[in-house]
Amino acid sequence: MKLIVNGEATPSEAGDLAALLRELDLADAVVATALNGNFVPKGERGLAALGEGDRVEIVAPMKGG
Amino acid sequence: MKIYGQTFASRLMLGTSLYPSPKIMTEAIKASGASIVTVSLRRESGVERAGQGFWTLIRELGLTVLPNTAGCHSVKEAVTTAHMAREVFGTNWIKLEVVRDAETLQPEVYGLVEAARILIAEGFKVLPYTVEDLSVADKLVEAGCQVLMPWGAPIGSGLGLNNRYGLKQMRAHFPQQTLIVDAGLGLPSHAVAAMELGFDGVLLNTAVAKAGDPVVMAKGFALALEAGRLAYEADPMEARDMAAPSTPMLGQASLGGL
Repeated sequence: MKLIVNGEATPSEAGDLAALLRELDLADAVVATALNGNFVPKGERGLAALGEGDRVEIVAPMKGG
Repeated sequence: MKIYGQTFASRLMLGTSLYPSPKIMTEAIKASGASIVTVSLRRESGVERAGQGFWTLIRELGLTVLPNTAGCHSVKEAVTTAHMAREVFGTNWIKLEVVRDAETLQPEVYGLVEAARILIAEGFKVLPYTVEDLSVADKLVEAGCQVLMPWGAPIGSGLGLNNRYGLKQMRAHFPQQTLIVDAGLGLPSHAVAAMELGFDGVLLNTAVAKAGDPVVMAKGFALALEAGRLAYEADPMEARDMAAPSTPMLGQASLGGL
């Protein structure tokens, strides 16, 4: 399956968002997630099933003005 | 300075972007005396994990964190970013930015008001990056914004207060709101001017981060805020067109003049 993760085509076997974070080595990281433009709270990542072509955004704290 | 019921000793909010190094950023924040720092959310990679290191650095400062929605052009983007920020930073404060375009970074005020309404209904404390337009400010206050943050000039321009008259009007029309000049300042004198108008604080980033010595500039702004606020509280004299002697004329010796 191919996902679009943070704007880049990414092959993945993850069935849900929580599994994707484990796959990307971000399971323990302080991040927030969105699936196809919609926010997915941390507690609901395991319920957010992934499919071909889904757009996933994973963001973390960064400098800002 | 009061922000949604919380009182802060410093009238400065400082951004965390554009510094030459994390070390200089940390030193500049400390030198500025700021109690509040702004942060953002950006894409994280499992390889670099850049955000994790940054977050550790910020948390060690022990300051209040104000996340922004920088880069958002639509209501949906801004609202979703606010949701993500609330989860990551553990705060319901949001510096709400909805901008028109990348060239001007001018607030897109219709989207801003709509996003503010949505977020306030969801329990957020919204600090909107806005313009000095009174009608827009009315709508933001009606939506529940206790803080208004009009721009001084375009973000990163360093031009200072482009519309001093408009900002003065805003202070006069919104005596109960906390007013903060957000963006466009380049020099401590600009911050002094904002404070002399009666603004409660300023939000800076580029002016400090892009100075040749950010740490010294941070200190300069801290002093400027203090000086400007004292001037406002002291009720300055009225300016006048004609000279008026400060030394008494009465009792002056007659030494042959007319």
